[in-house]
Amino acid sequence: MAKKPTKSAKLSDVAFVRNEDAPLLPPPASQAGITGWLWQNIFASMSDFTSIGASIRSLLVAGLSVFLLYFGGLQIYTLIDFAFVSAVFSDPETLKREVCWTEQQGGSLPNGWHAACWPFVVAKQKFIMYGAYPAEDLWRVNLTVIMGLVGLGWVLVEKLPYRPQVGALMLTAYPVIAFILLTGGNSDTSSINIATWLVIGLGLISIARLGSRGYLGSFFNEVASIFSIIGWVVISFTVVRGVAAIDFGLTSVDTRDWGGLLITLVVAVTGIVASLPLGIILALGRRSQMPIARILSTVFIEFWRGVPLITVLFMASVMLPLFLPEGVNFDNLLRALIGVMLFSAAYMAEVVRGGLQAIDKGQYEGAQAMGLSYWQSMRLVILPQALTHVIPGIVNTFIGLFKDTTLVSIVGIFDLLGGGQSAIADAAWSSPVQAITMYVYIAFIFFVFCFAMSRYSMYMERKLSTSRKH
Amino acid sequence: MAKQPSSATKKTGMSVGDEVMISMENVNKWYGNFHVLRDINLTVNKGERIVICGPSGSGKSTLIRCLNRLEEHQAGNITVQGITLNNDLKNIDEIRRDVGMVFQHFNLFPHLTILENCTLAPIWVRKMPKAEAEKIAMQYLERVKIPEQAHKYPGQLSGGQQQRVAIARSLCMEPKLMLFDEPTSALDPEMIKEVLDTMVSLAEDGMSMICVTHEMGFARKVANRVIFMDEGQIVEQNEPEAFFNNPQSDRTKLFLSQILDH
Repeated sequence: MAKKPTKSAKLSDVAFVRNEDAPLLPPPASQAGITGWLWQNIFASMSDFTSIGASIRSLLVAGLSVFLLYFGGLQIYTLIDFAFVSAVFSDPETLKREVCWTEQQGGSLPNGWHAACWPFVVAKQKFIMYGAYPAEDLWRVNLTVIMGLVGLGWVLVEKLPYRPQVGALMLTAYPVIAFILLTGGNSDTSSINIATWLVIGLGLISIARLGSRGYLGSFFNEVASIFSIIGWVVISFTVVRGVAAIDFGLTSVDTRDWGGLLITLVVAVTGIVASLPLGIILALGRRSQMPIARILSTVFIEFWRGVPLITVLFMASVMLPLFLPEGVNFDNLLRALIGVMLFSAAYMAEVVRGGLQAIDKGQYEGAQAMGLSYWQSMRLVILPQALTHVIPGIVNTFIGLFKDTTLVSIVGIFDLLGGGQSAIADAAWSSPVQAITMYVYIAFIFFVFCFAMSRYSMYMERKLSTSRKH
Repeated sequence: MAKQPSSATKKTGMSVGDEVMISMENVNKWYGNFHVLRDINLTVNKGERIVICGPSGSGKSTLIRCLNRLEEHQAGNITVQGITLNNDLKNIDEIRRDVGMVFQHFNLFPHLTILENCTLAPIWVRKMPKAEAEKIAMQYLERVKIPEQAHKYPGQLSGGQQQRVAIARSLCMEPKLMLFDEPTSALDPEMIKEVLDTMVSLAEDGMSMICVTHEMGFARKVANRVIFMDEGQIVEQNEPEAFFNNPQSDRTKLFLSQILDH
């Protein structure tokens, strides 16, 4: 509250009444337009010559700017020159390796030439993309990828109708279709096996139902939701296996023949799609009031975060078969997939937990006071806000996961990088630029995917922050 | 402080029924070793408008938060609308459906529009069709005089408007009792009046309410009972006129002198 002027102060000195509004003026040139932008972003830091110190700093900043500009430009020029200007693009006479040899080496290119040898990459294209997948069945891979891209695009682009429905299909039917198309289906799972697992799943769900109504005592009441989740996982997994056992007349392709970008995408997409929901459940579990859910989630997260992914993959492919009974044989790729999935779920859980912690307690109370159940308040109130907060962290984990898929080459699965490396070993294309061309190409593919994810996440952040205006 | 309404206009058409809505018997609660509610006994009838005041930390918020189980009490009985509050989730859900709550910091959901904030619980808890829920929500938004803000987000509204939305959101569940937890404490002085006016009109329509507040003008005008709490106990309760003009306990006198003389 303003203090009233004391009586002794002379009123004439203090009193003021505005009779005219102060004029509204346009901003000075340094604040607006192109000049303003240049001034604020570039010249402001290097044009202060008011004192000796400031002058030295301005000159230093200017010098450093010129140097960085030159150095950065040189890098970009080198890359463009390597990849496009000096590169060899075609091999009309099918000379193979000789097309990229200099005169000294016995070829026809000028000595000192050093640039990309694209015919090599073109020749290895099928191997880098599909691995040893049978050539006559490549349409199955292409169809899977095209369906995936169309579905993904449909879900990501706004204003298209039926987005939730398409999203649901992409999460349920598409993985099954993709699985059948890629492997060929017709797996020799017996119907007794399927039936047994269905019964087990239904049993778990019934226990959960009875438990949540309190018929089985307090212990089962507490763990009912865990039983329910496991039960549904078992059932959906069994249904998938049942469908995969049907003969669609496709030739079976062993996952050992898969390779290249196909493997990278399969591992990354499975990991990304599975890690988010798993991570959310683990994060909620870790913050749960129920001691059992909390302890289980915490142990799970800490265990998987505590071991390196390479160890996980090694254990999955080398150690796990030793513990399994004779004759039971998991697919090597499947084992790696599960390893990657659980590993990234643990990381995702901690990212999501960070988001949950940022939500004000009042939001939980508001939702509770309105009578929303725990799952309703999570789904409708808490998670939409928490996940929005941690979009950068989530996408960061996605990108990390996408690049970590290269580690599967350690256990004999030829992903994009592994496939590229074995392509380099081909003596028919041996030349000094063979390896570097391949690595540049592979780096480019990784960059495209990761950059796309990054941009989409930035777009999402902007969109959510403008529409919600906190 | 909002301006003091004259007590001559008060309580027209506000009647208290005989039906018991809430009864608290020997309720005790601890936070760790801290005994925050000590032997609380309170009966609230239908249509009553109770104002709870007291120094901060005296347990008044905790008391009303026990009524819809945002806080758990450790000893004693709480019955709301004949339903006993215990660990049975079904009872808790049933009580929360009938008890609306307005918070100091509004607790609107920032990712939903005003209208969506208001329809969320009717749709998901009362299983009301969306169109009907929206119709009811618009009625209540009109009632709190901000129907034109329905499609904005909470962050775009002033504090007073947000609190009125929070009141409308609670009303959309058509509660039998409203709890107000310092609804005007986080507001700028010029916005307090619009919220209090809304609450007064609610009281005039016969809504039962328990209100933790320091707005003594509101207490005089609306309350039929004022409760003074200190150190987790109910120290004094009386009709507002008697409570303000003739407080009995020394603690009440001290408290009133502190909040009224400034």
